Amino acid sequence: MPIFHEKRQLVTPGDLLAENDYINGENTYKENGKIYATRVGLFDHDDKRIFVVALKSFYIPMVGDTVIGKVLEVMLSGWIVDVRAPYVALLRASDALERPVRPQRDDLPALFDVGDMMIAKIVAYDRTRDPLLTVLERGLGKVARGQTIEITPTKIPRVIGKKGSMITTIKNETGCQVIIGQNGRIVIAGKTPEDERLAIMAIRLVEQEAHTTGLTDRVTEMLRKEKVEKSDKEVAENVPKET
Amino acid sequence: MSQKKPEKLIDEKDIRFDNRKLNEMRPVKIEVGILGNADGSAYIEQGKNRILAAVYGPREIHPKHQALPDRAALRCRYHMAPFSVQERKSPAPSRREVEISKVMREALEPSVFTEYYPRTAIDLFVEVLQADGGTRCAGITVASLALADAGIPMRDLVSACAAGKVESRIVLDLSDVEDKSSDGADVPVAYMPNLNAVTLLQMDGMLTPDEFEQVLNLAVEGCKQIGQVQKEALRAKYVTAKEVATETEEEAEEEAKE
Repeated sequence: MPIFHEKRQLVTPGDLLAENDYINGENTYKENGKIYATRVGLFDHDDKRIFVVALKSFYIPMVGDTVIGKVLEVMLSGWIVDVRAPYVALLRASDALERPVRPQRDDLPALFDVGDMMIAKIVAYDRTRDPLLTVLERGLGKVARGQTIEITPTKIPRVIGKKGSMITTIKNETGCQVIIGQNGRIVIAGKTPEDERLAIMAIRLVEQEAHTTGLTDRVTEMLRKEKVEKSDKEVAENVPKET
Repeated sequence: MSQKKPEKLIDEKDIRFDNRKLNEMRPVKIEVGILGNADGSAYIEQGKNRILAAVYGPREIHPKHQALPDRAALRCRYHMAPFSVQERKSPAPSRREVEISKVMREALEPSVFTEYYPRTAIDLFVEVLQADGGTRCAGITVASLALADAGIPMRDLVSACAAGKVESRIVLDLSDVEDKSSDGADVPVAYMPNLNAVTLLQMDGMLTPDEFEQVLNLAVEGCKQIGQVQKEALRAKYVTAKEVATETEEEAEEEAKE
């Protein structure tokens, strides 16, 4: 069972990765007992599986994913929502109201209007039908305030970090509320725009250096340094006023 | 860029008018990921050719009736800028451009896993900024890289190169002047190096069966050379990623599994 690459080696589509008894994992395909890469990424394997960690990809809906969507259209009995996937998602009014829908009475734009952002969960999806959303669970619903940023979906696991270490760090250091959608959208809501700016800076750093070690420590360091500089500036501004 | 046709395209020492050997390609330079607004992009310079490729998608297809129930529709547009040739070219798509768009699509489609994303569109734009012969081949080469850059799953990269006959000699990678010389022949070939599969094969001019075989083998050799350059270009965008990649990747994957 030969393997033709080392772990974490950069591979390009069509590269022969391994032969025979391995199972082809993510971003690979098997033909005549040979496993090839399908995307640009970093090669990896375990005892049975060969896979490639893609460096760039797009979001493909998965049932159970929490995503951040943007309303494209309000219809008579639901909404069409953009979830950054090749397919638009549908949120039915019955999945947004906890009671039967009365099309004449219910004011759907009042719930979600065009352009509104929402935190939703994918309840149904296969390749023959468009994804179906729900907002009837705890933590789901309209995004009331904050900013959204977009990153490549493959880098979402790094923003979360090992057992949520990265995201906890960012939340604690900036005091912002951070909601991550599996589709690569992130909502950041802080007390001040300055806090939000710091959180965005941290996430952009993670995105750029997703493949490096000790990232959590570096993010903490960067945030602390920024905060010190900011408070120094404030002190400098405040002192003349008081005197 | 005034092009005077030299007396002889190939001298007695088998050196071509632009100082190339018979089986030598023009210098190729490729850059990947140079457009901010596209999902994937690439740029190629092959001799005097300058070509940009941009990819969008897979995305929702409009108009809806073009949607295919079992796979993504690969929509390709090959276009030459009005300033790409010596006489101004009308920007409206000509008969030739429509045809090249079609053969490019057919050359690239076997490499893309279109069946993964049914009912969607993958839009591909190939813009020739400066043309000097062999633009359909260079176009396929960049387009394939733009697709890979967009993160679209592919069986292999597609490399393309032409070979042909000029002044009764078999040569690789014809330039515009050579292509237009009389009684020659031009055979553009697109090829998937790792799978050893030809996805485009055209010919204009006349060749004997023997000559044709030589030309085809030479073109495939050229494709393999281009394939190497393609891989390097794709890697170049991520070299830094490769160098510093360490155990954090594992952590990331564990997260992904959880």
